[in-house]
Amino acid sequence: MSLSRVFDIAGSAVAAQSRRLNTVASNLANAESAAAPGAQPYRARHAVFEAVPGKDGAAGVRVARVAEDASEPRRHYDPRHPLADAQGYVTLSNVNVVDEMIDMVSAARAYQNNLEVMNTAKSLMLKTLNLGN
Amino acid sequence: MARSMIDRIADSLRAQSEALALRAKRQQVIAGNIANADTPGYKAVDFDFGRALGEALRGAGNGSSRLNLLQTPSTQPSADGNTVDMDAERAKFADNALRYEAALRALNAQIRTLLDAIRG
Repeated sequence: MSLSRVFDIAGSAVAAQSRRLNTVASNLANAESAAAPGAQPYRARHAVFEAVPGKDGAAGVRVARVAEDASEPRRHYDPRHPLADAQGYVTLSNVNVVDEMIDMVSAARAYQNNLEVMNTAKSLMLKTLNLGN
Repeated sequence: MARSMIDRIADSLRAQSEALALRAKRQQVIAGNIANADTPGYKAVDFDFGRALGEALRGAGNGSSRLNLLQTPSTQPSADGNTVDMDAERAKFADNALRYEAALRALNAQIRTLLDAIRG
């Protein structure tokens, strides 16, 4: 039945968006993580979405991979920091907090949208079950 | 040979049940668009309901006819190539849900009429 496929599709989107929300949480938590001189600092992670086409055209979605942000780590002048290098710079993660906040709002909205899709499908299915009564 | 009574009853319900099945299909297609609102390069799709219903009623009626999915023209294309317009999709989803329910009620009314006739 087609309507139960709506649950699969919206469910795949909810799962993908919550995974995206997880990467945002991880990035925000590590926004100020510093690395010792020479070590690799934390790199921002981004979920990359991919459509999963069904047999009749409607597509679900999944996280194809979690890509690491290739941009340069931030360098911050703080000679008193225990992880500062010889020039007094501390290497911090390359997380852009503003980008992450935007990503968070976008993921939360998409999550809500898909929940609403599931709710609508559920009420339609319940009404269909009452057919003939 | 005269068609059996059951066949005729089933035939009278066919238009509404085909409509209901296609509404459910469209609900699925729109749900796919909403699910892929953040997928890079995804193109929003939809089908012409009236045409699909006409084809289903003219066809064998086994519900296996292929749907002709068309890409929705994009009003505000985004930089990643995604053409899902969330507001339009939400509106279509709500509209289609309402029409599904309308078809459901019509079918229900027909069944009740038949039941009334059977019970006398």
